[in-house]
Amino acid sequence: MQNLSTSSEQNTGKSPVLSLDKITKIFPGVKALDGVQLDLYAGEVTALIGENGAGKSTVVKTLTGIYQPDGGDILLNGKSIRFATPQDASDAGVTAIHQETVLFDELTVAENVFIGHAPKAKFGLIDTKAAYDKTTEILNSIGAKIDAGVKLKDLGIASRHLVAIARALSVEAQVVIMDEPTAALSQTEIEELYELVDTLKAQGKAILFISHKFDEIFRIADRFTVFRDGQFVGAGKMADVAESDLVQMMVGRAVEQLFPKRHAEIGEDVLKVTGYSHPTEFENINFTLRKGEILGFYGLVGAGRSEFMQSLIGITKPSAGTVEIGGDSITMRSPADSIEAGIVYVPEDRGRQGAILDMPIFQNVTLPSLNKTSRDGFIRLAEEFALARKYTERLDLRAASLDTHVVALSGGNQQKVVIAKWLATQPRVIILDEPTKGIDIGSKAAVHDFMSELAGEGLSVIMVSSEIPEILGMSDRVIVMREGRMVAELEGDEMTPETLVRHAVGIRNEGDVA
Amino acid sequence: MKLLKSREAILFGAIVVLTTLIATRFPAFVAPDNLVAVFTDTAPLMILAMGQMVVILTRCIDLSVAANLALTGMVCAMINVAFPGLPVPVIIAVALVMGAFLGAINGILVWKLGIPPIVVTLGTMTIFRGVIFLLTEGKWINAHEMSESFTAVPRAEIFGMPILGWIGVVVAIIMVVVMARTTLGRAIYAVGGNPHAAVYTGINVGRTQFVAFVISGMLAGLTGYLWIARYAVAYVDIAGGFELDVVAACVIGGVSIAGGAGTVIGTLLGALFLGVVKNALPVIDISPFWQLAISGAAIIIAVAFNAQSGRSKGRVILKSAEHAQ
Repeated sequence: MQNLSTSSEQNTGKSPVLSLDKITKIFPGVKALDGVQLDLYAGEVTALIGENGAGKSTVVKTLTGIYQPDGGDILLNGKSIRFATPQDASDAGVTAIHQETVLFDELTVAENVFIGHAPKAKFGLIDTKAAYDKTTEILNSIGAKIDAGVKLKDLGIASRHLVAIARALSVEAQVVIMDEPTAALSQTEIEELYELVDTLKAQGKAILFISHKFDEIFRIADRFTVFRDGQFVGAGKMADVAESDLVQMMVGRAVEQLFPKRHAEIGEDVLKVTGYSHPTEFENINFTLRKGEILGFYGLVGAGRSEFMQSLIGITKPSAGTVEIGGDSITMRSPADSIEAGIVYVPEDRGRQGAILDMPIFQNVTLPSLNKTSRDGFIRLAEEFALARKYTERLDLRAASLDTHVVALSGGNQQKVVIAKWLATQPRVIILDEPTKGIDIGSKAAVHDFMSELAGEGLSVIMVSSEIPEILGMSDRVIVMREGRMVAELEGDEMTPETLVRHAVGIRNEGDVA
Repeated sequence: MKLLKSREAILFGAIVVLTTLIATRFPAFVAPDNLVAVFTDTAPLMILAMGQMVVILTRCIDLSVAANLALTGMVCAMINVAFPGLPVPVIIAVALVMGAFLGAINGILVWKLGIPPIVVTLGTMTIFRGVIFLLTEGKWINAHEMSESFTAVPRAEIFGMPILGWIGVVVAIIMVVVMARTTLGRAIYAVGGNPHAAVYTGINVGRTQFVAFVISGMLAGLTGYLWIARYAVAYVDIAGGFELDVVAACVIGGVSIAGGAGTVIGTLLGALFLGVVKNALPVIDISPFWQLAISGAAIIIAVAFNAQSGRSKGRVILKSAEHAQ
């Protein structure tokens, strides 16, 4: 409680409760944070804004003691402090509600709230009564009507979220970090969350609010800080800024043409998707893909792009909609159908969904096309090897032998194995989900080059990407998705960074930006 | 990686060393006749282990193999008692079909209801034994009730080895071909190696696991006939607890419990290792309890070995560690 009074004193003096001063965080090959600045003030909400990959999550992890910065200082009430463990951060009164909060289904609400710092009774046993009472008190303070004694598994998503918030507040918090707190909530629940944020503000807590949604930021934040590619771009008061300024800051300088998009002859329609919908993930997706075309799918994380692609290839079932390939209507019941029809999907999570690490290279490459190299279920090894050799050579895969297990290859070469695998099926449409995520600049250029080459050969490419330069540099057309819906289809001059971001974050007032 | 590749060689070496040690005290143990006898005696374990291997490769486990063996064997014996004139190939066909059917029950429960394999097969293991009791009311079927041809087939010798041994050889050859040269074999490795990736490549993970259970069941059924005919007796508790030997043979043979890694040859060697231990210890006058201890130790050593070779495969993430290595 003493903490609270000091912080409210400081509020009048407008010095920050918590500051990041020139914080740098380096991962092998990537500077996730490059000397960033961030100030949080008592009784105020600071919005942290940035594109995917701007470094927002890294900041949260640094503030909560999960990551240690490689440079710079964290200042708490003006004093330098080190959060060696999440416990340190929690002890200092910094608490976070994460995107995916880890809660325990089989424990009660009170147990969840106080796990790790339960009030103790005699003999070091947990004081269940105190935990229950305190939880009820916290839940009341945030206006949540939840019984602290029920098991978590009996609660809905929204209530779980409130439990997560209660847990964050169960430590004497000075700083509350909310990382995309509205992502899983419905409209009314979002309104309730806003009220909660107002309550916390009134209690003098400093709040860091991370969100993609502009309407939310303008509704709730007092201040903003913008990051781009791990760097600090700007900060200020919300009252002094227009949406268009924020978009400008997020996007940055004009996109340079470093993408080797060659001119490809765009031919007849290959794939036509009409009214494609899913009960919970996406709705009414319509587009036509032509031969030799690269179609970009842009959107923020969670816009439903990957979910749509997975449904398109038969992993999940759509609730409505049709797919036509070369004029024939096709029903995808399984990925095998989609491979047969000539649509292949290179997933984003290549470690989990891509290669089979314990298998030799050649077996990985031929896995989806085994029916071509086998008769009556018996594999013809010579044909199989020839197929694997053809496509690994085409991708310039360097390995001692095709018998080498994929686990022994470097990340870049594993990637090549996965792409070779899909090209070997001789598809008509290839869907690349975040094809250059997490790879270095040199390999990125190679992937882009290769995509152009494929399009030049008459393959139709769908590229799902969250990187604006990549989308604009490579695509002939771009579809923007937001919250499961197609919100724009852009071509030619309409394809500008501002338009993309505007549609993706859902700014209604277009005049502001144009 | 090198260690992993020569895994079979190490196991083979261990068997040779073990056999040599025994031979120094009892030269008769390595006489060709005796080696053939040991091989034949181990054949049922080898056949079952090959089926189990397929199941484990797909990230499942089949604890019901011994119960399947006992039930199918009992049914074969009852058919023989009821229709003594029925030729043995027909009985073998019945054993294969019935074993496969019992395996399919496991497979369907795992595939369609998504019940964990260990739970499913623990349940069916008990059920199968219970069914035997219901069929027989606990009565035994003894040698004198079986027809002569029924009991003679596994013991009949071709080129100096009983048919039982030859069936082990034939199954091994078939399994080597299936695992290495068919799309099914490839699918089995893919499903165990990375089920998520397998889905994207158009493989039906559940159906592949189902097929694995059917294979395991079919081989258990076949072994059921061979076992009962060889020992010329059928009762509820026959081969009780044998499923653990079967799993042990797989593990010793280098089949990864996590799925996706393991070979037919390794599994055969794992079974042979246990077979040699089991046959040699009585010869050199060591109590059968030691045999259990030795089998147990072999399992732990094999798993520790697997874990060790698995560890060295891990990716180096830290830049600093890269130089340290």
